[in-house]
Order: sequence, then C-alpha cells, then structure tokens
Amino acid sequence: MSDPSEALASAKAAADRIVKVKRLNACLTPIKELRKSLVAQASAAHPSGVLYGMPVAIKDNICTLEFTTSCGSKILEGYRSPYEATAVAKLKAAGALIAGKTNCDEFGMGSSTEHSAYGRSFHPFDKTRVPGGSSGGSAALVAAGAVPAALGSETGGSVRQPASLCGVVGIKPTYGRVSRSGLVAFGSSLDQIGVLGRSVHDAARVLSVISGRDPRDSTCEERDSLRLPNVPESLQGFVIGIPKEYLPQDLDPAVRRACERAIRLLRELGAAVREVSLPHTAYAVPTYYIIAPAEASSNLARYDGARYGPRFNGSEDVRALYRTTRGEGFGPEVRRRVLVGTYVLSSGYYDAYYRKAQQMRALIAQDFRNVFDRGVDLLFTPTTPTPAFKAGEKLNDPVAMYLSDIFTVTANLAGLPAISVPIGRIKGLPIGGQLIGQAFLEDEMLEAAYALERAVPAGEEA
Amino acid sequence: MAGAWETVIGLETHVQLRTLSKMFCGCSTAFGAPPNTNVCPVCLGLPGALPVPNEQALKLAVRAALGVGCSVHPRSIFARKNYFYPDLPKGYQISQFDQPLATNGSLSYLSPDRGVATATIQRLHVEEDAGKSLHDRFPKQTAIDLNRCGVPLIEIVTGPDFRSPHEARAYLLTLKQVLEYAGISDCDMEKGSLRVDANVSVRPAGDTALGTKTEVKNINSFAYVEKALTVERDRQIAVLEGGGTVAQQTMLYDSKTNSVRPQRSKEESHDYRYFPDPDLPPLVLSEEFIAEQQTLLPELPAKKRGRFVEKYALSVTDAAVLTADRAVADYYEAVVHAGAEPKTAANWVMTEVLADAKDHGDGLRVPPGALANLIGLVRGGTVSHQAAKRVFAEVAERGGEPRNVAEALGVMQVGDTGVLAGWVGEVLSAHPTEVARYKTGETKLVQFLLGQVMKASRGKADPKLAQRVLEEKLTS
Repeated sequence: MSDPSEALASAKAAADRIVKVKRLNACLTPIKELRKSLVAQASAAHPSGVLYGMPVAIKDNICTLEFTTSCGSKILEGYRSPYEATAVAKLKAAGALIAGKTNCDEFGMGSSTEHSAYGRSFHPFDKTRVPGGSSGGSAALVAAGAVPAALGSETGGSVRQPASLCGVVGIKPTYGRVSRSGLVAFGSSLDQIGVLGRSVHDAARVLSVISGRDPRDSTCEERDSLRLPNVPESLQGFVIGIPKEYLPQDLDPAVRRACERAIRLLRELGAAVREVSLPHTAYAVPTYYIIAPAEASSNLARYDGARYGPRFNGSEDVRALYRTTRGEGFGPEVRRRVLVGTYVLSSGYYDAYYRKAQQMRALIAQDFRNVFDRGVDLLFTPTTPTPAFKAGEKLNDPVAMYLSDIFTVTANLAGLPAISVPIGRIKGLPIGGQLIGQAFLEDEMLEAAYALERAVPAGEEA
Repeated sequence: MAGAWETVIGLETHVQLRTLSKMFCGCSTAFGAPPNTNVCPVCLGLPGALPVPNEQALKLAVRAALGVGCSVHPRSIFARKNYFYPDLPKGYQISQFDQPLATNGSLSYLSPDRGVATATIQRLHVEEDAGKSLHDRFPKQTAIDLNRCGVPLIEIVTGPDFRSPHEARAYLLTLKQVLEYAGISDCDMEKGSLRVDANVSVRPAGDTALGTKTEVKNINSFAYVEKALTVERDRQIAVLEGGGTVAQQTMLYDSKTNSVRPQRSKEESHDYRYFPDPDLPPLVLSEEFIAEQQTLLPELPAKKRGRFVEKYALSVTDAAVLTADRAVADYYEAVVHAGAEPKTAANWVMTEVLADAKDHGDGLRVPPGALANLIGLVRGGTVSHQAAKRVFAEVAERGGEPRNVAEALGVMQVGDTGVLAGWVGEVLSAHPTEVARYKTGETKLVQFLLGQVMKASRGKADPKLAQRVLEEKLTS
C-alpha cells in the first residue's frame, strides 16, 4: 500500500471494525476521538514507510501523543503524556496508524484484564471468559479481526498468555531488543514491549520496526533493528528441546495433546526434537513474585497526586494526599504488589527475599544457557496451562492467577525472546504453544514459528 | 568547657558537578531560572521516562575521586533510595549504595591545631539532586521547584577524623580548593553547589570509643560551618555534663539564632529500601577512561604549594596564600615568567593584586606582563615603591603600559643630580637648626632631612641618589 486514499480507507475500516467489537471492552479510546485521529494520521502518514496505513492498537501503558495513557488505572485517569514511546514513534515513522489504546490489567499487573479500572475485557469467542492479560485488550482486538497487530507489554507473560488464550501470535523480544522509553514501568528489569499479531508475519513485521537502539533507554542494546527471516522450507538442522518441567504429570490432558501434536509437526518439518531439563523451573513463579513487586513498589512511588493525575478527597496535608491518592487511585492487585514489594525490600528482609530471588534468577538464566550450550537451538513448551478461564474464576485467588504465567515468566527472568503460536483448540477455545529462543536470535525463533504456524491446523480441536 | 572533652567530627559533603546538563537528562543546570522551566519527562519522573547517565558528569566525578586519592572502581552500581517527598518526583533518588564509584581516599590539609593532617575519604559516590520545596512562597501552601531535580552531585564522606570545628572547616576549605582547581565544581554554598552535613560526637578526652553521634544538617554557608559544629558540640557536652545522654538524631542548624533543633521524626525516613536501579546497567569504567581522567587533573593545591616553596624559595605560608586559588597561582607564575623576581612578585600578588581582586569580583585586572614591568621599574629605580602602587591602581582601572602611566602621572623618579641639588638646597636653607645639629654629630637627622627632600620633590626624587646628594652637601 502506498496510495494515500488506501491509507485513508484503511483508517476508516479500522475504526469501523473497532466499533463493531465494542462489546469486548478491548479499546479504551472513545470511538469519535479514535476515528478523527485515524483519519488525521492517515493523511499525515509517510507513504514510503514499511507499515504504511497499517492500523496498530497500543496497550494503555505505552505513552502516545494521540490518546490518554492511563495504564488501566484510576490514578492516571485522563493522563496525557507530553511525549511518546520510542516504539510508537518508530511505528509512526514507518507509516503505521495508532489505532487507539487497549484495555489492560492495571499497570500490567494481572493475567485476565479483570484488574482494569475501566472494566474487564471479554474473550472474543466466549463473553463469560477472560481474554487473558495483562495485554488482554490488545489480544482481543487482534483476535476479533479489528486490527492486524497491536503492541502489548510483558513483565511475566502478559503478551504470550493472552495470545495463547485468544488464538493469536504473541512475541516477547529479548530484553533490550525494544526500547522501554515510554513504556510505563512495572518491573523494569523484566519489562519489554511485545507484539500481538494475526500471524507470525504481521507480528514480526511490527517487531522489526520497533526494535533497535535508543539513546533514551540505557538498557536497550546497541543493535540494529531485527531483520525479518524468510519462511523456511523445512526445519532441517534445527534442534528443539522440550523441557520436561513444562509438561508436568498434572498438565491439562487436552493441552498436552495439543503440545504433542505440535511437537510431532516440528519433527515432521525436519527438526531434531529432544527432551531437556531446566531444573530450577519450579522456583520461577516465586522468584518472579518477589522481583517484579519489588521493582513495582519503587516504580509506582511516583503516583502520589502531587504533580499529575487526579487527587482524591482528604488531601489536607501531604501525607494525607499520598494516602488518599494511592489508597483510592490504585486497585487491590496493585496495592497488594506494592505492599509485597515494599516488604521484600525493607531492611531485615532484603537478604531473605530480594537477594535470594536475584540469586535464583541467575540460576534460572543459567539453566537456559546450559541447554543452549549443548546444541539446542530453541525450546518448545505450552504457553499456558489452560485455555481461557471464566471471568471471576481466579479473581479472589491471586496465587491461582499467578500460576497461569507459570510457563511464561522464565523467559522474562532470563531475558530471552519467546513467541506464542496457536496450536489448536480445546472445546472451541484456542491454545498456544511457545517457542523460547536464545538472546537476540529472534530470527531463528521466528523461522521455526513460521513453519509451525503453517503446519498447525490451528482452528482444529487438539 | 571543651577541655575535658574531645570532639569527633566526620563530614558528608554534597558537591554539584560543573556540567551544562543534568545527571540523567539533557536539561540545563543553570542556576536562577524561573521555577520549573529546566525540566523534561525524565527529571519530572513522568510515566515511562528513563534515565541515561551524563558522561561529562561521570568524568568529573572520576576526576574528583582521583583528586582526593580514592580508588575508582571499574564497576559500580546505581541504586534507588526510596522515600516519599513532594520535591522527589520519582519517589526515589538515583544514588549509589553498597557499590559506590570510589572508596578509600585521603586528603591532606593544614589543621589549625595540628599542622599538616590527613582526612580519610571513606567513599565518593554519584547521585542526582532533588527539587526544592518552598514553604514561604505562598501562605499555607508549599510550592515545588524542580529545576534542581536531577542535577548531578557527588557525595564525599570522610571518616570521623576531625577533632574540632575549625579543623573540620580547614578540611572543607581544602576540599573546596581541590574541587575548584580541577574544575569539578563551583563549590558555591550560597547557590547550593556545595552542602555539608556533619556527624558530631564528643567523648571524654583520652577515650578511644566514639560517643553517640548526631547529624547536623542545614549548614548553608562556609561562615556557619564552624558555628554550627561548635553549637552542637557545646550542646552535647552540656547534656553529658548534666548527667544526660546524647540521643542519636538529626539536628537542624538555624543560622539566624545560631542554634540547633532536632528534626521532627516525621521528617526522617527510616528505611530507604535501597536496591540496584534496574533502569541503569552497572557503571563500567575502562582503565583507559580512568587513566585519561587522571591526566586531565591539574596540579592540585598541596603539590603546587610544595613546588612554589621549592622553586621560588617562598615560605609555606606565602605559598599557601598564592596557591589557594588556581587562577591566582597561575597569575603569580605568569608574573614570574614575565621576568619579575619571585619573592617581590609574591609580595605584590599577595598585597596589591589580591586586594584589588577582592574589590572587583575576583578579577585579576592588571595583566601579569604589566605587573612584571612595573616591578622592573621599581627595581631599576625609575619609580618608587609608593608611586608604583599608584601606577598599579591606575593600570588596573584604565589599563596601559606601566612606564607610560608613570610618566602620565608624573611619578617617574628624578635622578638628575642638578635637580636633586636644587631640592636639597631648598631643604637645607629651610632647616638651619637641624643642619647645625647634624654637624655636631646627630647624623641620624639625615633621614629627617631626606624625608623633607622627598616631600619637596613630591615623591619624585630617587631616594638613593637624593641621599647621596644630601650627604655630600652636608659634609662639604
């Protein structure tokens, strides 16, 4: 597409499709504002860009100049960022259209998009179920066909988990592959912007555009943008490891069936498949739930009502201002994590929790290096332990909710790239399989994902 | 009353690095801008904004560390110091904690009590400044100015090495000299570019265990350093002599009343929950980088002082005065290099030059070459020392070559014996009594008569020649 009238048509069509799926509560931007902005963007977009005219929705915790950035939180209700995220600026420079802000768990804290101050999002195929989270709005919009791709963000699986539950592709790049500038921080050492797409190709195209160095982020690697691989004829020469800890005895039998079919297909494509072990896997969730809240407790300290965002009643002195703003502005899950994080960093507990968790994180990363050092190129695992669960099912059981990230948190802890690809349906609900790659070798991971995507009858029951 | 007690003081000095931009963003560090104008998403702590270290600040910090003899660590860690305060927009300050930039240094200074003494520098670390809360700008409201927020600082922590308030002050002045010399900081306490907190305790003289310390804050000017520490020391001694115990707490100094008061516990934060800042990778400095900063350090005051004593045969005191300020030391050396005799040049710089500089915003207004020429005129007998001071003032004010200025002022000494004889003749006929007394043996009256000759010449007579003419006439 390089014709301005086509970009305009694309903008209007995207707005129409987003209106049609309003019932999902996936897009937070008011439709009138969205339509107006899309039209304006289409006429200003640069026709030579590689994503010219492509509508891309943006998770609400990524700063945009176009729309508010509330992070699914009351504490940032109506907040307009005076600058935009590097990833968003790169999308615009490539001609993409910013197609509204998507609903998410507050500050990315959650796995169901139920922890949003703006109401829960709905699973596109079953309104009694959740789309996953925290990038649930992005996943639902893509799954419903409203946009070909959307940006999400990951701290422990928030792109791949909803991708798996909604039947779309979700990529979490290597830590440092995409600038975090403008991504509102949750757990800075784990956070990465990721992409949800209709297909591996759509997601990869967007990832390639947003990747690369950024002088605004000291943790972003000094590397060129990711180059897109070709779709391979076969997976001859690939060694794919199956970590046994990710297919435990008590895994949902239908999920196991779907994974076994996917593994068989990988073999048929020519890959050598072998079982491997990542012995510290069992400690990943507890480790994650120390490090992420610790960083969050500090990252969220700035929301105090003193400079921006709404103030709440009872602000007679500064301590009261903090108390009411943070007490009323944050939802229960955020408050829970800020409390946990504050606790694990406090003197007297730091060594027992935070330091221990950092040591365990190093061991988990070492597990992966050991496997990759022994000639394994990629790992294949289920993305999630179950398909989409019912709304409310895990809302009052935080640990059950946390365990839905059990297969995804390790890639964040180790900083590795990972992708979720649909591998079938279970009673009509999609389920994803995960490929975990080596740091900065997204191209290899994407090649295998292309091949798997083509081989899997994704709409079929597993 | 301090006699039976020994005072123990350690200093924590915050110094603003002399950079154009802030520690983690590109905002200006200029002092005195309208409130909240030197700000951006990073130093405002807006959602999603990330810090990126300022390389110039790191260079200056490393130079400072080397200047106070520290080992600079090839790897150090930025840490977050978490606390809530309205002028701290992120809810944490980026600082360094258990792995600072540099440790283990020392700084030698001249103690007024003990002569040359050494302060240990326990650590030097890099951090960002907070903003400013203005409680008196609007009634019953607090205004916040975030211009200072993110300004680069180093904190320099000494051991409990000082034994008196004036010793602490002497260290501080030496530290200031070093930092100013190396262009690391302006060290202007009034503008907040140098701030001092002090740990103070007392113990019975002869004890080796340390007493309970308090931290004295809010010392806003060099003039108050000694006063604040003295007040706190005396307070502690009074408490102990009254049978009480010193509470470990933070004391705020009030310069208006010259007193200290305990900081309200509400203002204190007990647990900063330090942890490594995940937004900033470990600060890794190569050997080459550190070595390069070493080569960029100028000759520091102590070394320069020693060299001046050695090379120019000056007293330690004179050398200390001349090297207290790098610009003055450079000026002095330029005067000497332009041909002036070192000792005479030192006297000129320490008196006329420094006095003139003091009155004119530290400006060294007479070019070093001109001063050397002027000194030459005195030495050659062309201008008297007294007249040379007038020439100096004139050159400082209006410029010009000293010889031309001296001519224009009419202060060139007269060495023509005919003219001198005329003045001598006048004086001898006006003072017959003194002449008679001289002739009966009161030879020291020659000085009085010479004075009269100088007066008659209005200072222009060459004193040596005039005396010769005078003595010839008196004995003829």
